[in-house]
Parts: sequence; C-alpha cells; structure tokens
Amino acid sequence: MKGLKKNFLVLSSKGGVGKSTISTLLAFYAAERNLKVGLIDLDFTNPSTHIILGVNPVEVTYTEDKGLFPHKVGGLSYITPVAFTKDLPLPLRGESVSKALLELLSILRLDGLEYLVIDTPPGLGDEHMDLMYKLGDLVKPLVVSTPSILSLGSVKRMIHLLKEANVGEVFLVENMGDGKLVELAKELGVVYLGYIPYYPGFDKCLGSLEGLRNCPIRGFFENILGKITQDA
Amino acid sequence: MVHEWSLADALLKYVATVYGTNIKTLRLRVGVLQSIDKEILLFSIRELAGLHNIRVGEVVIEEEEARFKCSRCGYEWTFKPEEFNSETREAVHFMPEAVYAFTKCPACGSRDFKIVKGRGLEIAEVVKY
Repeated sequence: MKGLKKNFLVLSSKGGVGKSTISTLLAFYAAERNLKVGLIDLDFTNPSTHIILGVNPVEVTYTEDKGLFPHKVGGLSYITPVAFTKDLPLPLRGESVSKALLELLSILRLDGLEYLVIDTPPGLGDEHMDLMYKLGDLVKPLVVSTPSILSLGSVKRMIHLLKEANVGEVFLVENMGDGKLVELAKELGVVYLGYIPYYPGFDKCLGSLEGLRNCPIRGFFENILGKITQDA
Repeated sequence: MVHEWSLADALLKYVATVYGTNIKTLRLRVGVLQSIDKEILLFSIRELAGLHNIRVGEVVIEEEEARFKCSRCGYEWTFKPEEFNSETREAVHFMPEAVYAFTKCPACGSRDFKIVKGRGLEIAEVVKY
C-alpha cells in the first residue's frame, strides 16, 4: 500500500448509511476516468459491493503470481470475499474476522494501482481496530454519515476515536443529504468532501455497470472524486 | 508460483523487523487447513531471504493437523482438507476462515466452532546467531 498515491478506508460505525455504495461508486467512477483503482470489500460476513457492481460471485477469479492479483470489473481491480465463499453465509466471530482480514491484505498484489478504496463493515469492532491501528497513516479514513441524528451520534464517536488514534486527515461524506453536515465537519475538524442527495430511483442504478454509468446522481460522486484525486 | 511466496514475504518482513536479519534457526508450523505447499514455501523463503539480505540458516517446517472445537456442544474433531473439492480447498488456501462457509459441527450442526490448531502458517521458534 505504501507505493500507492492514496488509500481510502471507508468507515461508519452506523450501519445502513451507504458505505458500500459510496466505496463502490467512487472506485468505479475513478476507474472510468482511467485511474488505476482497486476496491477491496472487507465486509466478510455481509459483503455487498458485488451486488452493486452486478458481479456474479461464481465468476470472480483471481490471478495468482507470488500473491493474488485482483479480479477485473471493467477497469476496476476488485477483491471481494464472496470469491472465496461463493456467496454462502459466512458466520465469523470477531477474532476470525481479524485473521481473515490480515490474511487477505498480506497476500494481495496491488502492483500498478494508484488508489485503493477499502469498504468496511459497520461498527467499531476487531476489524476496525486492526485497520486503524495496524495500517495507521497508510490509509485515509473516509467517514460516511447520513444527516439523521441516529447516524450522527454514532459517527461523532467514530471521528473522536480516529482523532485520538492520530490517523491524520479525516474525510466526511454526507449521504442521502443536502449539504447540512458542512458545519458539523468544521466543528469536528474533519474535511467535508460533499454530499450525495437522496434519490428515490437509486436502486435502478445498482446491479449493472451500465446502470452505474448512467446514474442520474453520478455528478455528485464525480465532485467528490475530483477533490480526493486532485492533489495526489 | 502460488501465494506461498507472499506468505514467505510477509513472514520474512516480520522476522527481520522483530528478530533482525541474522537468523540461525527458523522453526515454522504449517497447519493443514490452508494446504500450504511446504516445498514452495521453503523455496520462497530461501529466494526472498537472498533478495532482502536476510541471513537464514536452518529452516524447519512442521506440519500440524487441523482441529476444530464446537462452541455450542464442545465436540472436537480433526478436519481433513481432502474432504473438500479442489475449488473449495483453494478458497480455504487463500482465506482459511472461508472454512466457516463450508463446514458444520458433525455432532450438532452448528457453524459456531473454533479452529483450535492447524489454521495456517505460524512461527514456532526463532533463534538468532
């Protein structure tokens, strides 16, 4: 990961705020700009990035050469645990999640990539501790929140923890919002990247590359992408 | 070259960081769950040690059976990778925790079990010069 320009760790302690959607679409749209981007789904027990991309788990294959080279989805380099489980249920205790995560990160070949987007499960558990404390400043935390008070309370705690861990710059993306979290970002001392509005037809964008390419709210993702790739 | 190379790479980086670059004996334990090829692992360690200027004397690789224990009923059993087809074995080779998707406790059917031993690659002993 050291050789890459930027590695983004997409986080939220609250579930259902759109981490996987934000991770996947940012990574996919970046690849559409011909940037060399990798997407790693680390939500071992509940992966969903393959559903967003419309990838059939049985068709995911990795190339082996002194490690694992990612699967290709269009121009995107893609790693998902469903390649190993074939989408069967994978019940894991925290300790096992931690081991699986470290195993996967240690065997991946990221040669030639410029950016990496890492999707994580909700919560503040073993995998988050591993990623925050073991990867340290190799990754830039990108926290996702909706404007709901249910999400904000949870996300504030996560940002507090990230600040305490001295991880450096922390980014915030507001999902299903209208820009009202700008002030909160200032208050918390994090970098506000922008918002993705609530769009009732969003499900129609998901599940195929054409759907993603033609999604009416793509521009909002592109704005965020412009900010996170501009100074690399 | 399969992913034994990347395991050897991660192993040597860890050993060099923690124990230094003059290693007299490196004793490893390889759990059968991950179906690691010992010959390829040894070859990778030798090649990578040369590339990274790490002096490694004797390398001992011991095989360890895979034992699982059910967290629900307490039943313990030995797992044999041959029980899986080649595709599943390969999945577990790369990510040993994938075994939870394919195995249940033979006594009570629970998927809540622990891998007691034999998961993958472990350092048993490092002796410095």
